[in-house]
Amino acid sequence: MYKIGEKKATREAYGAALAEFGCDERIVVFDADLSKSTKTDNFKKVYPERFFNAGIAEGNMMSAAAGMASCGKIVFASSFAMFASGRAFEQIRNSIGYPRLNVKIGATHAGISVGEDGATHQCLEDIGLMRTIPGMVIMNPADATEARLCVKAAIDHDGPVYLRFGRLAVPTIFGDDYKFEIGKGVELADGTDVTIIATGLMVPYATEAREVLREQGISARVVNMPTIKPIDREIIVKAAKETGAIVTAEEHNIIGGLGSAVSEVLVEEYPVPMQRVGTNDVFGRSGTPAELFEIYGLDTKTIVEKAKAAIAKKR
Amino acid sequence: MQTETITSLKISAARVRKMTLEAIHSAKAGHPGGALSSADILTYLYKKEMNIDPQNPKDPDRDRFVLSKGHASAGLYGILAECGYIPKEDIKTFRKADSYLQGHPEMKGVPGVDMSTGSLGQGISAACGMALAAKIDGKDYRVYTIIGDGESEEGQVWEALMFAAHYKLDNLTAFLDFNGLQIDGDITKVMNPTPFDKKFEAFNWNVIIIDGHNYEEIEEAVNKAKETKDKPTIIIANTTKGKGVSFMENEAGWHGIAPNDEQYEAAVAELDEYIKSLGGEF
Repeated sequence: MYKIGEKKATREAYGAALAEFGCDERIVVFDADLSKSTKTDNFKKVYPERFFNAGIAEGNMMSAAAGMASCGKIVFASSFAMFASGRAFEQIRNSIGYPRLNVKIGATHAGISVGEDGATHQCLEDIGLMRTIPGMVIMNPADATEARLCVKAAIDHDGPVYLRFGRLAVPTIFGDDYKFEIGKGVELADGTDVTIIATGLMVPYATEAREVLREQGISARVVNMPTIKPIDREIIVKAAKETGAIVTAEEHNIIGGLGSAVSEVLVEEYPVPMQRVGTNDVFGRSGTPAELFEIYGLDTKTIVEKAKAAIAKKR
Repeated sequence: MQTETITSLKISAARVRKMTLEAIHSAKAGHPGGALSSADILTYLYKKEMNIDPQNPKDPDRDRFVLSKGHASAGLYGILAECGYIPKEDIKTFRKADSYLQGHPEMKGVPGVDMSTGSLGQGISAACGMALAAKIDGKDYRVYTIIGDGESEEGQVWEALMFAAHYKLDNLTAFLDFNGLQIDGDITKVMNPTPFDKKFEAFNWNVIIIDGHNYEEIEEAVNKAKETKDKPTIIIANTTKGKGVSFMENEAGWHGIAPNDEQYEAAVAELDEYIKSLGGEF
């Protein structure tokens, strides 16, 4: 479907997947005046009779999606991550989460890679918010291939799902043979000294960091974690036992996201030294994505440093 | 409407009011005022109007009802018991830890509850989603909802009003339970949402104003709503908060507190007397 190395934003794959799988007549798509940006307009072009613009009114959109899902529809409700998870948090909790209705929140423009729009639009809290809602499944795909499979899995899953997509074109890292399963992490490369658990667009940086560490005589395992909830406890514990140190990498605040989810598992199951790469309890700012990754330490260099720091704390 | 039908509805509504108070008294908590004010509308919809079957509460072709003012849950459980969706003896388990009758309506646990509500403003949006689903599927079921006058202070209500008119949801009928009181007092003093009629008209809704305790007026309004094409209808129902229990009527204090034993007995006696005067059974 997507060629390895091809640069493609996960939101592009989201829109394409909605159009691809939209022949299922139960599927209905809502958007809040951002269909050209969220790429739900791909679905609208093919199935205009099942696409509804809710206007700039995210709260109503989420509750209306819930009402529609109660009538047997599979409803995708889309906006930017900030307004989907933030503005409409309580509608997602009470209208969708509490009755476990079949609504899929397609949240695009997540993270700092939104870039020039600045802090108001750079959502670094959504995973934390969504993780606290009982029964919510959270998927954060790393590339277009995975994003497409996440959409398919969300359709097949009965219940609320939060899908997190990015604006930025990122390299495709998985081929057509790649398998995605809700709640399963994927070991991308083996190692013995430390494990880097990455999610979303941080995955290629984790792979790069592994190479840098290898040149320095350090063997790092790399795990891709596309589902943040339910988190793959088994792969985390295995990594802790076999490599003795963990680093997480995410385009999200280190509070509440992947780092928190992994540390919760480690503390309960098998404590080992751990370091978290992500934005460190700060708001973002305007800039190009590349500039911002450097400013906020979402890069290979920081992962390498944190990996060494985690190893140094081994007893 | 025939006199016998009106009498029968009045008797049902009085029983719903009794069960409302039984639930709240038993729980020592709940919201009597707004449940009593909307009891006649609920009774009309469930006993006379809606295409529903208590034996088949998930029928995909049924009419839907969403209690957007979810705090009036005791009234909803009352009418569901009156219609046979749930056993009447379960009413006294309201709000208790081992009961399925949650403080606010929960759709997964209670047969006949079409949407979980309680957080104000969300129910009317959900009702919009249901009405739109009917349009997509070419089904002719109708969707009813009751919103509170205080609830209308929520911005989401106006988002939903905009949405319903935009998508021409003429299969959606909303009632505004205009009892004039919210927790902190007179709605025009707390945060004035009036004039309702002009605002709803400006949002492109068909607007009808009635006495929310008069069954003939309720029926006439509902029928007009069904005849209205391409527009949703909102029925501004002028109601009395605490209706049916004289010492609760028009008292904001009865929004969210339970009657004590003495008050409960007095209220039941008054409703029983009323039912007796209509020749009904308790």
